[in-house]
Amino acid sequence: MAVAHSLIANRRLWTFHGGIHIPDEKSLSNGAPIAPIALPSRLVVPLQQHIGAPARVIVAVGERVLKGQMIAEPTGLVSAPVHAPSSGTLVAIESHPIPHPSGLMAPCAIIETDGEDAWAELPPPMTDYPQLDPELIRERIRWAGVVGMGGASFPTSVKLSPGTDRHIHTLIINGAECEPYISCDDRLMRERSGHIFEGVRIMHHLLGVKQVLIGIEDNKPEAIEEMRLALAETDMHTYTEIVPIPTLYPSGGEKQLIRILTGKEVPTKGIPAQVGIVCQNVGTAAAVADAVLEGRPLVSRVVTVTGRAIANPRNLEVPIGTPASDLIAHCGGYRETPRKLVCGGPMMGFALRDADTPITKATNCVLALTPEESPAPGPALACIRCGRCAQACPANLLPQQMYWHARAKDLDRVQDYNLFDCIECGCCAQVCPSHIPLVQYYRYAKTEIWSREQEKRKSEQARARHAAKQARLERQEQERQAKLRKQKEALAAKAKAQAKPETAAKQQASAASPTETANDS
Amino acid sequence: MLTAILAIAALAVLFGLMLGYSAIRFHVEGDPIADQIDSLLPQTQCGQCGHPGCRPYAEAVARGDDDINKCAPGGEATILAMADLLGREPVALDAEEKLPAVAFIDPERCIGCTLCLQNCPVDAIVGAAKQLHGILSKECTGCELCLPPCPVNCISMVPVTEEISGWRWPFPSTPLKETAKSQPERAAA
Repeated sequence: MAVAHSLIANRRLWTFHGGIHIPDEKSLSNGAPIAPIALPSRLVVPLQQHIGAPARVIVAVGERVLKGQMIAEPTGLVSAPVHAPSSGTLVAIESHPIPHPSGLMAPCAIIETDGEDAWAELPPPMTDYPQLDPELIRERIRWAGVVGMGGASFPTSVKLSPGTDRHIHTLIINGAECEPYISCDDRLMRERSGHIFEGVRIMHHLLGVKQVLIGIEDNKPEAIEEMRLALAETDMHTYTEIVPIPTLYPSGGEKQLIRILTGKEVPTKGIPAQVGIVCQNVGTAAAVADAVLEGRPLVSRVVTVTGRAIANPRNLEVPIGTPASDLIAHCGGYRETPRKLVCGGPMMGFALRDADTPITKATNCVLALTPEESPAPGPALACIRCGRCAQACPANLLPQQMYWHARAKDLDRVQDYNLFDCIECGCCAQVCPSHIPLVQYYRYAKTEIWSREQEKRKSEQARARHAAKQARLERQEQERQAKLRKQKEALAAKAKAQAKPETAAKQQASAASPTETANDS
Repeated sequence: MLTAILAIAALAVLFGLMLGYSAIRFHVEGDPIADQIDSLLPQTQCGQCGHPGCRPYAEAVARGDDDINKCAPGGEATILAMADLLGREPVALDAEEKLPAVAFIDPERCIGCTLCLQNCPVDAIVGAAKQLHGILSKECTGCELCLPPCPVNCISMVPVTEEISGWRWPFPSTPLKETAKSQPERAAA
């Protein structure tokens, strides 16, 4: 511990390859405190808001649900439940557009709220969690439907049970928030630092790690100050450290942040647990504290509503399932007609086609960009092989090679260049002097590969079923033949048996006709 | 002279024996090329290629009896994959490319004749005589082999609704400026 202490004074920071400096635009929305939003009359709650198996609905349409009541249960190990964000009546389970780049529909629970916002009976707080079985705490976090709130929405309870064979020594709390415009984690750290530390303490207890590092980009000095003050008030400073890191996009990427804070590289196609690290977002830490210390499931989150097209950009505490249009209305509506509405940040987010799309556990920002802020991209020119993309790539990839092969639809070659290590941060496209939409090519190639794998699995299944049918038909045919043969044999035997006495009689008759006749007579 | 002839003859006999032995020792059952082609086919077993299933078509292509452009459900992607495997030039599809669809039985009209389920190559239809038949849409390959035998025309093909899990980002549309310049290059690719 003494060693850890001395390190705190001046911790060595590493750098990751590439990265870009972009205007952070955070001052648009980070000035005002987090405000609650008026309860919408209708909540559209997607039934899958996490990575993994979809949740199964456990309430009937027409039933009254209470705030925090589980409406869909997890169906596998990597899965998460969904809870009612407010009290009201479950009026339908139907397809509705969800925040997804495809703009496709997915099953959602539609709840008409009654305005009472009445809580369901919640499980007792686990304030004495250090004395409890860690499995119980993990089960509580799983029950509460906590998923990674930085955007990936991977079930947190799974990440907090790394298994006995993996030795986890460091917990990294991600407060970098490197994407421009977004400030929900910034406000959360400024206003609910105590809560975040409670969550960190629980995760520290569950993982049994030696040290906790909280990485915050240095463009958020207020958050760093507030977190430092809050840390000093706890007894956690012996193993926890707030580490301001240089502002450089995408330092908030999981692998990039690990590199900055520890100098470790997460292996290709690997996960941080392989190098003894678990990384969690500050919002996730707060949700864990809610679940364990108050028995409250994840039914709301902080969302940044920003962009120059919004009249009053700010952060809102929003029940899951609130339509994005409600958030915009709450922020004074549009100042001017936006060129596009984005879910997430300007770099990694995707366009929302429908303003009625609901907020999910993973939605951290609703961004309305004016034409000046996001001008239409110029026409793409030919790649001039300048190599700037490779210099900017924070994952150490060769973007132009991947682009060549993705454009030629050579999906094997593009994987040879480690396509799946691409985090789609958009640095390469940002620096490209030819305005080539590079990330779009990688996204195309990734989803094309996944979809072909899926088709392959399907055709394997069809082959197996076809072979099984052929085998069955053959067996049936053989059985039929065997039966026919048996019948024939039986008939032949019968005929023989009938014929035998006759022939025998005839033979006898012809051979020993005198005696026979004598006998007969 | 004689020594040379004898030496060559002896070598010929030796190599002949070695080849003959290895032909027996390392004999491969079946046709590995046909296996590889078969693994590229979509396994709908629809017979639209004129063969009674994917495997027979794969064997015909492997023997060189048939072209690589007969698989309608596989479409362009399958042709390209086969051209790549066999080192042949890709040719245009000899059929109309269709959107993926699955069969649907109209429960009002089905009379339970079991004719369709006998024709389903992947056993994706469940039913019994004089009972309503149903289709396991997850197993249906959309081969349409159940359509002709139905005496009451109660089976229709329903396009598969696009699901988020199988959704693909579109290929970036080629902007105007590039098309004129790099047409031949793309054609080559």
